[in-house]
Amino acid sequence: MTPLLSVQNITKRYGAHIGCADVSFDLYPGEVMGIVGESGSGKSTLLNCMAGHLTPDAGQVVFDTRTDGPRDTITMSEPERRMLSRTDWAFVHQHARDGLRMGVSAGGNVGERLMAVGERHYGDIRDKATDWLGRVEIDAARVDDRPTTFSGGMQQRLQIARNLVTGPRLVFMDEPTGGLDVSVQARLLDLLRGLVRDMGLSAIIVTHDLAVVRLLADRLMVMKSGCVVEAGLTDQVLDDPQHAYSQLLVSSVLQV
Amino acid sequence: MIELSNVSKTFTLHNQGSAVIEVISDVSFAVASGECVALTGASGAGKSTLMRMIYGNYLTQAGEIRIGDLDIVQAEPRDVIKLRRDVLGYVSQFLRVVPRVPTLDVVAEPLRAVGVSVEDAEARAKALLGQLNIPERLWSLSPTTFSGGEQQRVNIARGFARAYPAMLLDEPTASLDAANREVVLSLIEDAKARGSAIIGIFHDEAARARVCDREIDVSHFTPGMAA
Repeated sequence: MTPLLSVQNITKRYGAHIGCADVSFDLYPGEVMGIVGESGSGKSTLLNCMAGHLTPDAGQVVFDTRTDGPRDTITMSEPERRMLSRTDWAFVHQHARDGLRMGVSAGGNVGERLMAVGERHYGDIRDKATDWLGRVEIDAARVDDRPTTFSGGMQQRLQIARNLVTGPRLVFMDEPTGGLDVSVQARLLDLLRGLVRDMGLSAIIVTHDLAVVRLLADRLMVMKSGCVVEAGLTDQVLDDPQHAYSQLLVSSVLQV
Repeated sequence: MIELSNVSKTFTLHNQGSAVIEVISDVSFAVASGECVALTGASGAGKSTLMRMIYGNYLTQAGEIRIGDLDIVQAEPRDVIKLRRDVLGYVSQFLRVVPRVPTLDVVAEPLRAVGVSVEDAEARAKALLGQLNIPERLWSLSPTTFSGGEQQRVNIARGFARAYPAMLLDEPTASLDAANREVVLSLIEDAKARGSAIIGIFHDEAARARVCDREIDVSHFTPGMAA
């Protein structure tokens, strides 16, 4: 089987400082990978390099495109990469405000991605937007309201709807449940798990919440100081961590 | 179906003076299809450790653990994921679920994961929950608020939702009353009759005697505990 995403030797430096160093892995269709590590360990740098938001200093990010098979997304042209990020890729930001247009209605936020891939029939776009608001448990009556009138949890769910409406195959998530209260987190986790299963999504989730990765991720990578110190099955890394830093991380979690 | 050859495990505790603890050394045994083998030995002998090594959530330092055609010691994560989805079931002592997911969905999930339709998966889940005496009014609620025994039974229902060719059971009859214990034992007997290879830990001696064909005393393989 061809990996959906094959990351090879990604390195990003900020001057003399290392963002992330020499990271390689393969992600297969339907797999969810978690990336954990302390703040400043390079998780978000790595995610942004893979998603095309940052240009790495070295390495390849090979994505199995629908039309042309595996392509290195770093060397592909800007319009091609933009098309990819509007269709097969999705990026869920930690702060919903970074991923939404706050001055546009909820329906408009979802519809924009559809229009970007060529849909023009207003009625169809509105129907799809309404359908997706329902899937992320936002009342259809709020379709014309702006996200500024939504709670933080609703904004995050709207961001997810906006991202998934075009049926992407790969979703990048940066702390998708960070900053939400625990009951909203639980609902979002359930939603994400259902979507991953029913749509066959692959996802890469950056978080520092080990409980979230245990429930969502099949595989886990532990980062420290820009390097991957351990990688493996999620429950293996959490139950039998091998590296000193992973052991410290796992043993530092407070029991509820 | 399940075959262990010269399997050893050590824990290295980097943050506690790099202590190296040898927990299992040089275990070899095999379990055939339709056979149930009990792991025995005193508390701390390494029964659960050995079971987790077979499931793959503990790493094995030496030896080979074959389940079907796959050596889980060397396997890639995605092969282990596939093995767990298709071949190897595990009933742990603790239920771990996404909060707020209804019990029925928790039990039906292993079936949904292999593409069984919602209706068929739910029908199987309902049958199992009924068999295990979970009252129907609880099916739409999340098991996180259930009693210990109820959670254990939900866990068992989930574990037996699919007819896995190989199963690991960690104290499946603990904290159950006589009627439910009987249901679980008959589920195990059904699985054996279907040809599942089963490895179990049972503190309940009568249960062990009834469903297990052989016993393996893990303390023989525990360095420093050998009798």
